[in-house]
Amino acid sequence: MTDVPPKSMPDDEGILPQAPKPRLTRRELEKRRMFLRSIGAGVTLVGLSLVGFYPVLKHLFERLRPPGALEEDEFLAACIKCGQCVQVCPVEAIKLADGDEGYGLGVPYIDAREQACDFSCDAVQCVLACPTGALSHTISKKEEVRMGVARLARPDACLAMKGQGFKGLARGDLFQGLLRYEDIDRWTPLRVADHPYDLELCDLCVRECPIKGAISLEPVSADSNDRRRMPVVHDACVGCGTCEMICPAEPAAIVIDPKVHKERMP
Amino acid sequence: MKWFLHSIGMMFGTAPRKPGEDEVTDAARTMMKFKKLPDQVKIRKQKIAEEHEFPVVSNKWRNRRWASIIILNLLFVVSYWFDVQLVEGALTASRFFGFHMADLFSAAQVMLAFKEVMLNLVIGTMTVVIAWWLVGGRAFCSWICPYHLLAEWAEMIHLKLARLGLAKDHVYHRGLRTVLLVLFLSLAFLTGYTIYEYINPVGIVSRALIYGPTIALFWVLFLLGIEVFYSRRFWCRYVCPMGLSYGVAGALSPVQVEYNLELCLHEGECRKVCMVPHVLEVTKMGYASDTFEYIGADCTRCGMCIDACPQGALKFKVRGLDKVI
Repeated sequence: MTDVPPKSMPDDEGILPQAPKPRLTRRELEKRRMFLRSIGAGVTLVGLSLVGFYPVLKHLFERLRPPGALEEDEFLAACIKCGQCVQVCPVEAIKLADGDEGYGLGVPYIDAREQACDFSCDAVQCVLACPTGALSHTISKKEEVRMGVARLARPDACLAMKGQGFKGLARGDLFQGLLRYEDIDRWTPLRVADHPYDLELCDLCVRECPIKGAISLEPVSADSNDRRRMPVVHDACVGCGTCEMICPAEPAAIVIDPKVHKERMP
Repeated sequence: MKWFLHSIGMMFGTAPRKPGEDEVTDAARTMMKFKKLPDQVKIRKQKIAEEHEFPVVSNKWRNRRWASIIILNLLFVVSYWFDVQLVEGALTASRFFGFHMADLFSAAQVMLAFKEVMLNLVIGTMTVVIAWWLVGGRAFCSWICPYHLLAEWAEMIHLKLARLGLAKDHVYHRGLRTVLLVLFLSLAFLTGYTIYEYINPVGIVSRALIYGPTIALFWVLFLLGIEVFYSRRFWCRYVCPMGLSYGVAGALSPVQVEYNLELCLHEGECRKVCMVPHVLEVTKMGYASDTFEYIGADCTRCGMCIDACPQGALKFKVRGLDKVI
């Protein structure tokens, strides 16, 4: 044990005397195996990372991105997946995508039906928190946000379209979602489940919309006795999803189409 | 200089080698010659026998390191859960009392994918580079990285299994890490997406700690399984491009582990515990180039070798501190 003989030295030549047929020594074989193993591991790892990229590339599953998000491809490029936007959101609307969901591991999204972005923070905190500008710093007001746009996807389910009122809890008593009820508490978002409604005609999507002039109820016919009204979405809509969250129909009659959809349409 | 470049080269995957004739100082040569004298050999053998009879077990640095990893990661968690805004974000990018911090490799990927240099990220990355240059590049790995801690536990199990003959270590080429670093950066540029983040266990574990468990953790479990049964410290040794980027940042760091040739008995206890044993090749008889020498750039400053060395031949050293004070 005095000297460590140079057995672990990487000398691969000149160990064997010249044999007629060059046969690999054990060490050379081991080395070759190690090399192949390394190449295999490298290929596998790159392949696996591409597995996560495929659905993102193809936009297989689309979700609402937080306010101020750049156009989807740019947003995906710029997001560093730190979750600082998640941390500042007062209603915890922003979530990070998991590895099996196909819209970018660790990339933030909003599930409006579960918890919409209701701009409780006023000043688009998530945009300010973003260190990379994936949530573009060019936005400073909620009115400038363009996450997507609301669409009456199931007119048959819409209570207003049926001329019906609404009484009770919009989403049941187990619903965890928060909303800012400004006339009750200006600063703290409250549970939707704590706020029963009693409406002659359901106008929840219009009533709770945080953006002025984004949505209104319009008559369905010229007949003034016709109680039916249709929610009409205007250009001011930012796609925050509050209407989708509050809609008492199950599933929601009104939904948000993420921005990418709109842009990719001809 | 050539010897230093060799140490850098080893970080990128070249094999360790003996210093050439021109790379060994006279003092080191004399000392090695002296150590090889028959009576010196006898003394060394005797000392080693004594060590084996009265083994000294120290986990000083390991305990400090574990505390550091746990506390620093808890800071992230606590900051979010109790909203104290100490460190916001995750290990890929964060704010420390409002100052931007960004992981080098994550930031590089994002800038290549986005094809734009973001000021915040540059500031964040510079802060991180300077901070980690100061305390020793890959100290990130062993003092903060949450995956490192998990991998250490996996390694302990692996070693136990290996001792029982139930697992065998399969080595890989260390150049793999360099190839992957280049590949993943190129892919980020070509695809416009941070491809690597899908398999990055550091990001996955860090986010899972802060934002709650995810399915992606199964990938981490799988990797740990590989490390337990198939290849010791697979990810940290052969794959992690983040580790390499921190290694580069800290190649000339003031914080170094210093090797003392005179005290060394060349028994190799340090290499047995080391995650990057190629940096400790200098501790083999005839491999040192000087009587005092900093071990290679790839060193994670984990201090395991310091704990393991029964002779105190390895020590933390802050370069230039003696001149300042």
